[in-house]
Amino acid sequence: MAERRARVGLFVTCLVDLFRPTVGFAAVKLLEEAGCTVEVPWAQTCCGQPAYNSGDRADAKAIAIQVIDAFAGYDYVVAPSGSCAGMIRQHYPELVADDPAVLPRARELAARTWELVSFLVDIRGVRRIAAQWPRETTYHDACSGLRELGVRDQPRLLLASVEGLRLRELPGAEVCCGFGGTFCVKYPDISDKMVDDKAADIAATGATAVLAGDLGCLLNIAGKLTRRGQPVEVRHIAEVLAGMTGDVPPIGMSR
Amino acid sequence: MSGARVEILAGIRRSLRRGPLDGPTEAELRARVAAHRRNLVPARAAALDHAGQIDLFVAMTEAAQATVTRVPSAAAIPEAVARFLAAENLPAELVVAPDPGLDDIPWETRPLLRIRRGRPEPEDAVSLTPCFAAVAETGTLMLVSGAKTPTTLNFLPDTHIAVVRAGQIVASYEDGWDRLRAATVPAAPAPGLPRTVNFITGPSRTGDIEQRIVLGAHGPRRLHIVVVDDRQESDGQEAKDGQTQG
Amino acid sequence: MLATSRNFEANARAGLADRNLQRALAMMTESGFPARRREAVAALPEFEALREVGSAIKEHTLANLDFYLELYEANVIAAGGEVHWARTPEEARDAVLRICRAAHSRTVTKGKSMIAEEIGLNDFLEANRITPVETDLGEYIIQLRHEPPSHLIAPAMHLVKEQVADTFRAEHRTLDPGRPLAEPRQLCDEARALLRPRFLAADVGITGANFLVAETGSSIIVTNEGNGDLTQTLPRVHIVLASLEKLVPSFEDAASLLRVLARSATGQEFSSYTTVSTGPRRPGDLDGPEAYHVVLLDNGRSAMLGGEFHDMLRCIRCGACMNHCPVYAAVGGHAYGWVYPGPMGAVLTPSLIGIDEAAALPNASTLCGRCESVCPVKIPLPKMLRHWREREFARKLTPRVWRSGLSLWAWVARRPALYHALTEIASRGLGWAGGRRGRFRSLPFAGGWTAVRDLPAPEGRSFHRLWAERLKRARTR
Repeated sequence: MAERRARVGLFVTCLVDLFRPTVGFAAVKLLEEAGCTVEVPWAQTCCGQPAYNSGDRADAKAIAIQVIDAFAGYDYVVAPSGSCAGMIRQHYPELVADDPAVLPRARELAARTWELVSFLVDIRGVRRIAAQWPRETTYHDACSGLRELGVRDQPRLLLASVEGLRLRELPGAEVCCGFGGTFCVKYPDISDKMVDDKAADIAATGATAVLAGDLGCLLNIAGKLTRRGQPVEVRHIAEVLAGMTGDVPPIGMSR
Repeated sequence: MSGARVEILAGIRRSLRRGPLDGPTEAELRARVAAHRRNLVPARAAALDHAGQIDLFVAMTEAAQATVTRVPSAAAIPEAVARFLAAENLPAELVVAPDPGLDDIPWETRPLLRIRRGRPEPEDAVSLTPCFAAVAETGTLMLVSGAKTPTTLNFLPDTHIAVVRAGQIVASYEDGWDRLRAATVPAAPAPGLPRTVNFITGPSRTGDIEQRIVLGAHGPRRLHIVVVDDRQESDGQEAKDGQTQG
Repeated sequence: MLATSRNFEANARAGLADRNLQRALAMMTESGFPARRREAVAALPEFEALREVGSAIKEHTLANLDFYLELYEANVIAAGGEVHWARTPEEARDAVLRICRAAHSRTVTKGKSMIAEEIGLNDFLEANRITPVETDLGEYIIQLRHEPPSHLIAPAMHLVKEQVADTFRAEHRTLDPGRPLAEPRQLCDEARALLRPRFLAADVGITGANFLVAETGSSIIVTNEGNGDLTQTLPRVHIVLASLEKLVPSFEDAASLLRVLARSATGQEFSSYTTVSTGPRRPGDLDGPEAYHVVLLDNGRSAMLGGEFHDMLRCIRCGACMNHCPVYAAVGGHAYGWVYPGPMGAVLTPSLIGIDEAAALPNASTLCGRCESVCPVKIPLPKMLRHWREREFARKLTPRVWRSGLSLWAWVARRPALYHALTEIASRGLGWAGGRRGRFRSLPFAGGWTAVRDLPAPEGRSFHRLWAERLKRARTR
């Protein structure tokens, strides 16, 4: 019996769109291999977090409605980012709570929105990935994915199946890297201390690579590592799982 | 000052968007308080039999840096105390609570121990007190103030020796408090509680300097507990007591 | 206490540059409080359920706070005590002064009390020629140094031991200057010896309260040193300073909250001393105060009830949030500029001293959520930090440049065609400018970022354009 393939709308995220499309293509590949058809709604730009976290509810709500409209009709909405998926899942309903016309649609969207790796493992039942990446790597747990969406065991499960990959647990893996959206530019000194500590923790593992599931964290960490002259390969976990590490240099590194 | 009281209560009601609670609601709340209903009590101690609770008490209080000697009867207390003081290189004198609960200790069997019964003076180095109860869950002593049990005995001397009878060991704080409710003479309308109830878990300590734990900040730096495990014939009774409060 | 929260950024910068502070903060690392809390939680299977229980107890009490306060007061009086209601810090200070004067008090010993800090009690007493003596070791140290506390439960945690030794040498002038003071043991012994006579000489003892129990009119203090107990037992008069939301209905309710308090604060199963006090000494007692007074402070709590920041009233002052906060770990407690630091301080301070003064605090957070995850009573701290940001935005307290930038960005983000076009241009431009190195050491308009880290360069094309091209290729195949 042929199952209708699940229809996934990819939420690209503004950072992937601008900085690292390869992550988006890796997500598409992983989703297709997990039995989904993937479409990318054109009318998406951002999830609205920058406005929401700055206290600008009006703009955040307008952007949320745009997202709700753009992703109507898909079985699932998947984002290669815990913070964007968390925004849609956890915060959209609260954001439009005073609007009875939109609230049901926000709830409905929230219920079918997922971060990429947890979608693969928890919804599609993926347990192993046929990829290889011989590295001693460590892993940073991005805050929103970890705390809002419970993404912790799923990436470790999939990384464990990647051939040649050895995971060294990062001390303070769950401590914020200091990105925090606008925080890193509003409070650069404090952000610097936080990301510096993160870089030192990475160095302490002796790993030659670091992975995470959120591009904001990765840009922040990669930028600090190169500034410190620390030769550690920084990549989004999707690139590794999709076997696309050959397509693009590590984040912030030379072509 | 009553102006402040009226305003504060009015402010609370304004924020909660209601007037004063009506009679039936107040009666419900009073009943809730009077019922002394327990919330979730951890199984750690409650699921054990009394012997298990005694062992747990000892283990937990030792983990909190108290030291423990188990003796089979009150007759063995003087020797246990003498040994402890010698081992700690402390002078052989102590101030003992004038509580009748300690009257069964035969100090005369250790005549070199100088005993004074009463409140502590600033020079007293070692005190010995009874307890009201002892909570197995976290190795916590429960002591109450009274005409024969001055609170200062628990805090002023550098070394505090506490005598705990096996039958006083209970599973939880709630068990201890229920015993206190039952034991205190209700003096209408006051609840009749003692001025002070101390729950003591290990000796005094501080981590205020560089988070390094130092024992004996202001209270005793040593807490030694003598557990009088005199259960034999009353074993069955105490096992039952231990479980009625579960 | 005078607030410097307005200067948070400067305070934070000073904290980051303060080598002693940074050494002290490093001792509060992941292997300290967070590790010990984790162990304590692992040792109690019911811990998660107890967080829910504790929250429910607090919520029930707050919903009926008027009832429980009246019941509490009646029981304090029945036990022989007195209750003084204070709407403001001034009324609270005046009540304390009246009691001290009636007792002809010259020195007052103090257990640790954040309410006392909140109302500026020490300075006020001194101005009225009454000497307050802090007895908690950390509070004693900062009193000598004329500093405010930097942490809810470890007030001197911003200091290294050398600083404490310097202070003791400077202030304890009667002692042999050559004495060794290198170790916490020696410092603690010295403080103990010097404070003991002061405990014995005090006329009045002032403590805070972790909980007030309505059922019995009791106050509960949770300490490790025993100073609180000496403070409240030796003098003739015991004053309890507590804010309204410390109420719980029954002893059983207090017991549930006590189970999560010490474990969350220090990772201990239970603190060394948890003391329940009810009224003055009883007839026949051999020690204890002759008079027992409770000063109940509102100072904004009643206004918080039922509002956007209501959840903050559940706080049991354990300090877990700041122990796990990376911002606190970077800048320390003094940066927050007032009595309450860390995440709970960032939420509570604007409610108590106004958002104008405290505007910076709710913004200095990445909203990482670790605080909420360790709060024993499940306070949604990030949500409330966001609420403060919303209020600031609505009142235009947010700086102009951010508001305009945000407006512009949001305007573009709601126009996908324009947004996609600009993103393509930006990715091509920056991708090209990033050159072979693949990153920027500096970039106009990105100074905040590039001052401290490189900015990785974009790949050079936007995802949406590449996807459109891929679809086109698939169609024409």
